[in-house]
Amino acid sequence: MPLSLLKYGLRRDYVPHGDIPPTPDLKKSYDVVIVGGGGHGLAAAYYLSHVHGITDVAILEKGYLAGGNTARNTTTVRSNYMTEQSVAFYKEGVSLFETMSHDLGFNVMFSQRGQLTLAHSDATMRSFRLRAEMGKHMGTRIEVVDAKAVQEICPHVNMDFGGQHEVLGGLWHEDGGTARHDAVAWGYAKRAAEKGVEIHQRTEVQGFRKSGDRVTHVITDRGEIAAGQVLQAVGGLNGQVAELAGFRLPIRSFPLQAMVTQPLKPFLDVLLSSANMHTYLVQSSRGEVVIGGGSDPYQLVSTRSTFDQKEALAAGAVHLVPFLHNVKLLRQWAGITDMTPDYSPIMGESPLRNYWLDCGWGTWGFKATPVAGKRMAETIATGRVPEILKPFALSRFEHFALVNEMGATAASH
Amino acid sequence: MKILDCPLNGPRNITEFQYLGPLRQEEAEDAGSLVARVFFPPNPAGVLVEWWRHTTSNTVFLAERDTLTDEVLRTWLPDRKSHEEFPA
Ligand SMILES: Cc1cc2nc3c(=O)[nH]c(=O)nc-3n(C[C@H](O)[C@H](O)[C@H](O)COP(=O)(O)OP(=O)(O)OC[C@H]3O[C@@H](n4cnc5c(N)ncnc54)[C@H](O)[C@@H]3O)c2cc1C
Repeated sequence: MPLSLLKYGLRRDYVPHGDIPPTPDLKKSYDVVIVGGGGHGLAAAYYLSHVHGITDVAILEKGYLAGGNTARNTTTVRSNYMTEQSVAFYKEGVSLFETMSHDLGFNVMFSQRGQLTLAHSDATMRSFRLRAEMGKHMGTRIEVVDAKAVQEICPHVNMDFGGQHEVLGGLWHEDGGTARHDAVAWGYAKRAAEKGVEIHQRTEVQGFRKSGDRVTHVITDRGEIAAGQVLQAVGGLNGQVAELAGFRLPIRSFPLQAMVTQPLKPFLDVLLSSANMHTYLVQSSRGEVVIGGGSDPYQLVSTRSTFDQKEALAAGAVHLVPFLHNVKLLRQWAGITDMTPDYSPIMGESPLRNYWLDCGWGTWGFKATPVAGKRMAETIATGRVPEILKPFALSRFEHFALVNEMGATAASH
Repeated sequence: MKILDCPLNGPRNITEFQYLGPLRQEEAEDAGSLVARVFFPPNPAGVLVEWWRHTTSNTVFLAERDTLTDEVLRTWLPDRKSHEEFPA
């Protein structure tokens, strides 16, 4: 191996190869048009082409591949939600991450290191017990731990004994982990492209042509294309793109901000978060400490950052792990999140018959990239919404059948 | 820090205010529009009319803000009597 590697490195006729071909010309029509080239759209294209044999697929991405929230998230993967419907869904997501590198032949650097969420109040401990019981019932690895166990799992935590934010215990979720976000998107893109899926970067969807309750054409800034079926997965702009298609979604856009520190030697081998402090930390494989995630307090369709949010995140991080107080920040950024009233996604049917929704992913959709892609592909291929997605239908709002995950989402996305 | 112009107290730091969300057109009392009123608030990429509260003085007012640029175009106290909540 080392010798062949050396020979390979010294070869003069080395041809660099890209993972995906350059953007081709648009054809006149496609069986399936996917609006949005983020992780979700790419995963759906992968499953359509590899599992369902549907390869006449175009992905339309207005910017560059996976440059939306897929590029901006803090990569928390977990299934410790509150409701049965959510745990069932996200559990499937976690299990797909476990085999993703092998399935794709692409290293997505999934590191299942466990997630520890801290409680600083009795109310939080009570909600943790609920989540732990639900998680056990559903067959995930989750338990409530006391303060002593918190110290054993993560010795760096400031326990603040006797202080205002004393750590009373935690929710320990061994299934939790983190993966390389760009690799997830590029792995799906590469494998989908191999099957003939066309990825059109810098192609913005500007409207739709309809006939009755069906979409017939997708209007882009590079021309108009006929579409058999359409999947909408445009991240932060889901509300606005649905309006282009002629209907409204229960979505509001808010920026979510995060940041990373300079690299430190490895010290944090779990995902650490605090419900009360609205801060969570994870150390990347480069050693940088990723700190997230503060939502702006008011609606905004912009990826601008603010000093206020960064200050609040830094205060939380320094409180949880005081030795970070002298560490410098390397980068900071924001993404537009498509927030739903119940902190759950909207998947499945839209008011249009051949137009499917993979929306409302807000601050929590990276972990769902594989499972949403798999299940949305199944929906498109069969024309039927699978049981596991039904609780997340758009129609749940009409029936006041919400899937409330606010408490299990706000602290750690 | 971002400054918001309270119609009663003048320009103050944004941290003194509470966001109360977009002004909704639908009536909560009308069963037919209740779902829209509760779950489908306006979310434009552009000018939004929204409620704010200056917390220390408990002044509730309306603002017109561009959600693309985060520019506050104007703020005013609603005239409840004449139902002139909407911008002229
Ligand atoms: C700071 C931050 C931290 C987060 N942390 C986590 C986390 O730890 N764990 C987690 O699970 N989730 C997290 N999330 C949420 C997660 O990033 C998203 O829910 C997820 O990436 C959504 O994937 P997507 O493919 O649906 O959307 P995106 O990745 O946003 O892709 C949508 C694409 O659609 C394109 N698009 C938009 N409009 C058009 C148009 N008109 N025509 C063509 N293309 C268009 C966009 O350019 C974009 O590339 C976080 C988000 C942010 C912002």
